Amino acid sequence: MKTGISVFLASFFALGASWFGMVYGSIHQLGSAKETVILQSSDNWPQQRTGEATLGLQVYRANGCAACHTEQVRQTGVADEISLTSLGKYSAGDFKDFMKSIMIAPELLNVSNNIIGGLETWDGKLPRTIYSGQDSAVVASLGDKLKAAGVKADARVVATGSDIWRGWGMRQSVAADYLYDVPVQLGSLRAGPDLSMIGVRAPDVNWQLKHLYAPRSVVSHSTMPAFRFLFHVRKIGAQPSPDALVLPKDFAPADGMEVVPTTEARELAAYLLSLKANQPLYEAPFTPAAAK
Amino acid sequence: MNVTENNEKKSAAAIADLSEIDASCRVPLLALFGGAAVWLVLGLLLGLAASMSFHMPDMFANCSCLNYGHAQAASNDLLLYGFAIPASLGVLLWVFARLSQAPLALPIVTFAGANFWHLGVLLGTAGILMGHSTGYPWLEYPRVAAVLLFAAFMLIAVSAAATMGFRNERDLYPSHWFLFAALLWFAWTYSSANLFLISAHPPRGVVQAIINWWFANNLLFVFLSLTGIGMAFYFLPKLAGKPLAGTGYAMFAFLTLIVFGTWMGIPRSAPVPAWLPATSTYAGMLSLLPVFAIVIVSVRTLSGSGFSISGGPFSFIKFGTLSFIVSALLYISEFCPRHSLVTDFTWYNFAVSQWQILGFVGMTAIGAIYYILPRMMGKGLPFPSLAKASFFLFFAPGVLLLAVPLVIGGIAQGFKLADANVAFADASAAALFWFRISTLGQALLLLGAVSLLLNILALTIHWKVGLLKTGIAAVKAPLPPRRDQGEARS
Repeated sequence: MKTGISVFLASFFALGASWFGMVYGSIHQLGSAKETVILQSSDNWPQQRTGEATLGLQVYRANGCAACHTEQVRQTGVADEISLTSLGKYSAGDFKDFMKSIMIAPELLNVSNNIIGGLETWDGKLPRTIYSGQDSAVVASLGDKLKAAGVKADARVVATGSDIWRGWGMRQSVAADYLYDVPVQLGSLRAGPDLSMIGVRAPDVNWQLKHLYAPRSVVSHSTMPAFRFLFHVRKIGAQPSPDALVLPKDFAPADGMEVVPTTEARELAAYLLSLKANQPLYEAPFTPAAAK
Repeated sequence: MNVTENNEKKSAAAIADLSEIDASCRVPLLALFGGAAVWLVLGLLLGLAASMSFHMPDMFANCSCLNYGHAQAASNDLLLYGFAIPASLGVLLWVFARLSQAPLALPIVTFAGANFWHLGVLLGTAGILMGHSTGYPWLEYPRVAAVLLFAAFMLIAVSAAATMGFRNERDLYPSHWFLFAALLWFAWTYSSANLFLISAHPPRGVVQAIINWWFANNLLFVFLSLTGIGMAFYFLPKLAGKPLAGTGYAMFAFLTLIVFGTWMGIPRSAPVPAWLPATSTYAGMLSLLPVFAIVIVSVRTLSGSGFSISGGPFSFIKFGTLSFIVSALLYISEFCPRHSLVTDFTWYNFAVSQWQILGFVGMTAIGAIYYILPRMMGKGLPFPSLAKASFFLFFAPGVLLLAVPLVIGGIAQGFKLADANVAFADASAAALFWFRISTLGQALLLLGAVSLLLNILALTIHWKVGLLKTGIAAVKAPLPPRRDQGEARS
């Protein structure tokens, strides 16, 4: 480092390497990514948003929603689960005895205490998960034995982790989820909950609008700032607007006034409803709940 | 080059004396420092407004421009682009001029650059507040502002490179490596990230986030470390009264910082191909090397000089160096897989970035500014005791009260978030208490920023009034032949 040129060259190659690897490399690897196929389905993922929801992403960006909300779900792993849906000829008590009788199988010995212990306090309510863990041999063996005895059970693959248990997602977020987002709004702070699946968790557009206008009118302990500037508070005309929000008394405007969402508020709500990252994919598999 | 040859060259070249060098920096540096102080005040004000959202959520419900998402982004960018970068660029120019033993080259270009820079910050901040943020963290400024910032940076960098190129003292000093590399770092990463992301056709999907993370890491960790340590390595020996100890360690720190530090940035749980976060984790472990080397250099340089804290410029620089060590370790911890499962998505990461910007580079630059100002202007600070008191009363406790509670609160929040049996509201509430303490730190820092601004402003006004007086005196000065004619006419 005796001359400026040597300092320049050292810096140039050091930064150039990381630019080449991380910027160019990731563009090369992912820059031409295409839609993927949803597992056990012929549909593609992700689906292009509606026009209104696409505009809503820009409202989301402009208001810096990503400062407090993430759109990425983490998972720690996957578990194989088996849950009972029908006991067939058994009563709950008989079933417990039956379970004890099949636990002598060598592949079940390790988990027998766990399973039998878990069933001890069970009152016979269905569906009931009897095993959840990493061992797919246990699930296969239990499945065979239960089927032979005429007991109906579902074997499922589920993602694990606190984000999943909180109901924020069915699986971890993957690169494909963001294919159509410009800008991608991953967020880095959870001052508010994750929104990857908010369109599934709160699918009512009126709830979304009310929550934007007065967060504490629908979630009493919310710390979200109100976005009243996305709404018009105006005098009721000849007829009340059909779009006016129906608010609880404490949050309602003065008599003779109504709260009507602006176009921006509608677009933002449409965008939030479009966030539905709950499809099983090759890189993040899980067994979707059967339609009931 | 041996010593005698060096000395001959020195005596042969017309070596400018110190006051001449300092005077050459006066106009451009005053523009950089004054603007930086204004943006620091404004950035902290906006940060305070943003924090208020967590005290009174409906405070700005009818005001789109001060709502949390706007105010927080504007505050972050003001503290980084408005304050930390121009302040440290000003110090960089002065350090280059002093080390070169030559006056600042192209001062007009720097002056123009400083003003373009501040114009860019103004436009960018207005853009964010009006909802034209680009939506990429640390790159929120809209295109116009980004172009201006880049152009302004290049002007300043040209002047800095010219000052370094035309140096009378040919030997390079460790500060040269760090500061010169920082110039390249910002120019490359800022232009590259903006060209990719703030264009009509950004890359598809999550690649945007990867480029964003790469940029944020190179800016917040590598660039800030290069500038901050570059400054510290110039001032620490002055403080200790002996040369920088362990130049070999300094070289090691420089090389490992630029080679390994630049590969961090991708969080463990990011929805990207696994090689990216894995690379960042390994790079994070290797980035401990420069931190340790810098600890060795700093401790060796300072050893024997005592550890008195007088509140003067050097107290700021000592605090800044210590903050580098703490904030760098905390930053690297964000890329430890187990640890980041807890701290990601909490206030922890925000606390670390504030510590890096305000506690490390900010404090080092403020110390340097307080050291440079009296020398550059040829007169003492107008409120020296305010400057001293501001360290004890505002800056040091402000940084600690801002960052430490958020680190603790972030960890508390993280553990509760990771436990699915704790309701989300309870996890947020766990952090809220700590967050509210940090608002106090912000308020203290704001007072400190005001005291910095007062000093710079009073000094500037004093200087301008002095200039005006000299000008008026020159105009009023009797011109013998003319006076004779005048008298004859009247």
